[in-house]
Amino acid sequence: MKRESRTVEFALNGAAVSAAVDPGSRLSEVLREDLGLKGTKVGCEAGDCGACTVLLDGEQVCACMVPAGQVAGRDVTTVEGLTAKGALNALQQAFHRHGAAQCGICTPGMLMAASDLLRRNAKPNRRAVMDALGGVLCRCTGYRKIVEAVLDVAKAQAPPVDPPAGAAVGARLAKVDGEGKLTGVEAFGDDVAPRDALLLRVARAPHARARFVIGALDRLYADHPGLLRVLTADDVPGNNGFGIYPHIKDQPVLAEDRVRYRGEAVLALVGEAAAIRAIPEEEIPIVWRPQEAVAGIESALAPDAPAVQEDKPDNVLTRGRLVKGDVDAGFAAADHVVEGAWQTGFVEHAYIEPEAGFARRVGDRIEVTVTTQAPYMDRDETAQVLGIAPEQVRIVPSACGGGFGGKLDVSVQPLLALAAWLTGRPVRCAYTRPESMASSTKRHPARITARAGCTGEGEITAFRFHGDFNTGAYASWGPTVADRVPVHCTGPYFVPNVAASSTAVLTNEPPAGAFRGFGVPQAALAHEALMDMMAEQAGIDPIEFRIKNALAAGLETATGQRLEASVGLVDCLEKVQPYWEDWRTAAVMRNAVKKTVKRGVGVGCMWYGCGNTSISNPSTMTVGVSRDGRVTLYNGAVDIGQGANTVMIQICADALGVPAGIVGYIMGDTDRTADAGKSSASRQTFVSGKAAELAGADLRAQILRLTNAGPKAIIEIGKRRITVRDGADRHEIDLAALPELEAGDVLRGSGTFDPPTTKLDENGQGVPYGTYGFAAQIAEVEVDVDLGTVKVRRMVAAHDVGRAINPVQVEGQIHGGIAQGLGLALMEEYLPGRTENLHDYLIPTVGDIPEIEVIIVEDPEPLGPYGAKGIGEPALIPTAPAILGAIYQATGLRMTRLPVTPDRLRAAILAHEKDGGNG
Amino acid sequence: MGSYLRPTALGQALEALGEGPRTIVAGGTDHYPARVGRQIDEDVLDISALRELRGIADTRKQVRIGALTTWSDLVRAPLPAWFDGLKQAAREVGGLQVQNAGTLCGNVCNASPAADGVPSLLALDARVELSARDRVRELPLSEFITGNRRTQRGHDELVTALILPKPGKGARSTFLKLGARKYMVISIVMVAGVLVPGRGGKIADLRVAVGACSEVAQRLSALEADLTGRPMAAALAKPEHLAPLGPIDDIRGTAAYRRDAALTLVRRALARLMIAP
Repeated sequence: MKRESRTVEFALNGAAVSAAVDPGSRLSEVLREDLGLKGTKVGCEAGDCGACTVLLDGEQVCACMVPAGQVAGRDVTTVEGLTAKGALNALQQAFHRHGAAQCGICTPGMLMAASDLLRRNAKPNRRAVMDALGGVLCRCTGYRKIVEAVLDVAKAQAPPVDPPAGAAVGARLAKVDGEGKLTGVEAFGDDVAPRDALLLRVARAPHARARFVIGALDRLYADHPGLLRVLTADDVPGNNGFGIYPHIKDQPVLAEDRVRYRGEAVLALVGEAAAIRAIPEEEIPIVWRPQEAVAGIESALAPDAPAVQEDKPDNVLTRGRLVKGDVDAGFAAADHVVEGAWQTGFVEHAYIEPEAGFARRVGDRIEVTVTTQAPYMDRDETAQVLGIAPEQVRIVPSACGGGFGGKLDVSVQPLLALAAWLTGRPVRCAYTRPESMASSTKRHPARITARAGCTGEGEITAFRFHGDFNTGAYASWGPTVADRVPVHCTGPYFVPNVAASSTAVLTNEPPAGAFRGFGVPQAALAHEALMDMMAEQAGIDPIEFRIKNALAAGLETATGQRLEASVGLVDCLEKVQPYWEDWRTAAVMRNAVKKTVKRGVGVGCMWYGCGNTSISNPSTMTVGVSRDGRVTLYNGAVDIGQGANTVMIQICADALGVPAGIVGYIMGDTDRTADAGKSSASRQTFVSGKAAELAGADLRAQILRLTNAGPKAIIEIGKRRITVRDGADRHEIDLAALPELEAGDVLRGSGTFDPPTTKLDENGQGVPYGTYGFAAQIAEVEVDVDLGTVKVRRMVAAHDVGRAINPVQVEGQIHGGIAQGLGLALMEEYLPGRTENLHDYLIPTVGDIPEIEVIIVEDPEPLGPYGAKGIGEPALIPTAPAILGAIYQATGLRMTRLPVTPDRLRAAILAHEKDGGNG
Repeated sequence: MGSYLRPTALGQALEALGEGPRTIVAGGTDHYPARVGRQIDEDVLDISALRELRGIADTRKQVRIGALTTWSDLVRAPLPAWFDGLKQAAREVGGLQVQNAGTLCGNVCNASPAADGVPSLLALDARVELSARDRVRELPLSEFITGNRRTQRGHDELVTALILPKPGKGARSTFLKLGARKYMVISIVMVAGVLVPGRGGKIADLRVAVGACSEVAQRLSALEADLTGRPMAAALAKPEHLAPLGPIDDIRGTAAYRRDAALTLVRRALARLMIAP
């Protein structure tokens, strides 16, 4: 039960407030729930993320750790207090200019922490800014643009000018949805439920493998009158199973009689919020019979291992395979053969916004407003769980506070839909941080062995690869990883003879799913280390070696796909080469005199197919003009912070021939936008962007046709009419005179694009992707050899993006990808039951991010919109290999187990010294 | 259903504690993280309105740190060089949000093996002042913390201050923290040291404490004894000096690594201390 309320009087954003609250409750809860100020975000309730940072008497504090009773008589300032009369203040403007908000979930916390600093120090230096922001985590931006924005506040800047018609593509346009993220208005998954919504809370498995029985529930109902409904597997009217693949719905919405991983959903409590929160875990009548659990790939593949899923006795979910040429002959022809084995752990997405949303029943339809990366997939999944038609389900994406692949699978969607469907009341749910971490998907732990050979001149002749991927208890995206990895396993190099295989292995661990790169970041550790090793044996500089073997237009990939265009790898390598030479030389000279802190420089390259592997993944976009001249892009490509809303408008506006500033948008509502697929696989700019271009061009063609104007005519869309100027001719379309087509629009253009691919044959040969991103990154690290700590000092990242539709967004993706790659390399490892919070599971803070120089290479992709292709995943893939290469130069050690934590590196250094290595 | 008391006078607070046990909350930075996803309904004594407990007072022989003194209060206070180590520790507690709300006394009462303030306070020979409605007592910090999350505080007692005896003339101090990232990180190893330089470049007094390498942070008495009276230039720590430590394997590092890193950090701390500022 809640405590009795007490009246607390304080000043909130300058106004006197008197609120009857539980004085022991968290200030964050009072602000959000009692006072309705949802701008203060909750990411962990433990002071680990700083998303809830507010000012208390001008000083930054985490609102989740302030007792409401303590604010009596004091001043509280939240993000809502930063704007005066709706206008952004100087700090917010600087954030907007710099693209410092991506998803926006950490933005209120960052703004408040920076406000505290600026109040005390109007012109802080970089160090002071980092110290001030050190307590707020961001998972999207890599912090660089946030720090730049705070440093830039003091400088007066002219507001950005919107580019004119035809000049949006390539412009550093500020985010079209940026302002809401800076004022706290943007509504995320936990900000959308109506006040009267019931609360849903999930009871989860405390064991990795167990049978269970749910006991009689009468006592629970009797003791907790606010508990209205306990949902179990028996309540699921449709299929009690979900999963990414239409034929693998292997994960139960609610477990039936057994659980296969710690954190699996068992039952759901639905009722009045306070009553639901007050139910002690131990009163929920579940009787557990734990069983021996399968942990790790090795145990799962042991001959006597129990089956994780009964119909897969060998614990193998799926296998991938690729054969090209004759790999044995290739090795026979090699003068140098190198090999190695690599190992990685589970990696948590750690989006700062936990899974959240609400659902309501509207007649025989269900509406779910939710944080998601894939509204149409959510729709179809929810429908089959409820046993209703997909058209009866409406998914409305809220703002998404970070996804990175983790919000491609459903989480709260089927549970909320079920609860609202059965109770007829609106129902909300937000996972706690430990719940989010325990239940959600992870990056696949990998166990990789690989071997490569080259001639004395450094020409690669053969490559052999095997990767076992721990896919956890359920399939999720396991098959995707098994398919994508063999395709990419050689790295972006021409290799005539390849044999590659992969296995997705089931264990009693969290389902491993999609995480920025689908297994390719793990595989890149192997191919990049092998490149370095071959270069060393052949006596060739590592970058020269890569240039010599780089894929280029006209060459065939490991799948036999002939690349026709947009293969900018050599250009990327040549762009980083001058830095490489300077930094490598400087490190050698410095290391000759420094004994404890050694420097090293490493390189990592990547390639990445944009879009789904060998399967159709179309996007459709629509753009309309209403009778009053409003232009709306119906954009089904969910903006998860990466900037899809902005980029789609830039592309569509140029195709239509109007200024981007007049194009509005509706994002991702399945009732109002067509299916533009999921925001994953670095496909939105390439695939949905092309659809947006086609939609804009279609609408333009219709307007020109109506006015009989030529292709170069200028279109001006006014309040009630469209004016078309074609040389000296001037035509008008009276919008009021046109019949309405749909949703108030009188004109509509649409476009669909599906990248051309073919199925892969039994040897993995074919055309899996329409285009590929390429990149080279170099990293300089400093290793304290006595402690085993690694500090990444600076990086250069050259990425071939085809065409940068919005360079600010491209830079932001690269910064953020590098931050996640750094985490993967040095600190991130999820251990079920042991790191289910953001102080035991570490992600990089503002203090861990190196200086980053981004070099954008534009080798246009003919299929893409204005030549563009994807950047989301490419940004992360080369980072860890570059860091490992740098550690090698600094220490002489090739680290093969990630993350390279201080204890692992120090142990390796000590073992190396013992073996007589010279460090 | 729990009650929430927020008295404005110490006497009222001690009366309340005398009537029955309560969870004591000051800055809230340990209280709330320990209750994620749970209904918070226990009996609470919020001491944040006891103004008399805030602040740092310098008397002739000692310095008194009131129970409500936050990390930020400490960092901002003009204090002699022997506080430098404690201030360095304060700057590495959580993020600034935690430093602004969390208190030194709370850190001590929470008694985490990785408590950031404890090694420096041990090296400063801190004493803990415990008040109850009918008595006040002082305990050395080394006795006050008895184990992981365990202290000698009675249910009716409130820690009202930390008391630091002034070290000898010219004392200086340092603090080193090893973590796997910058900012907001739980220590793998911490080392705090206090040095009183003597005549002729000799060590008049030396105190070294290591945190996160045993259930409770430990002073290295053998090291202190070996080096006291020796020339500062010859201050070398040996592996056997770490005998009081009992590190464990956990997600942040192996026991072997902790022992190894602790020796490195102790040596670095000594090197820093021996260099005159």
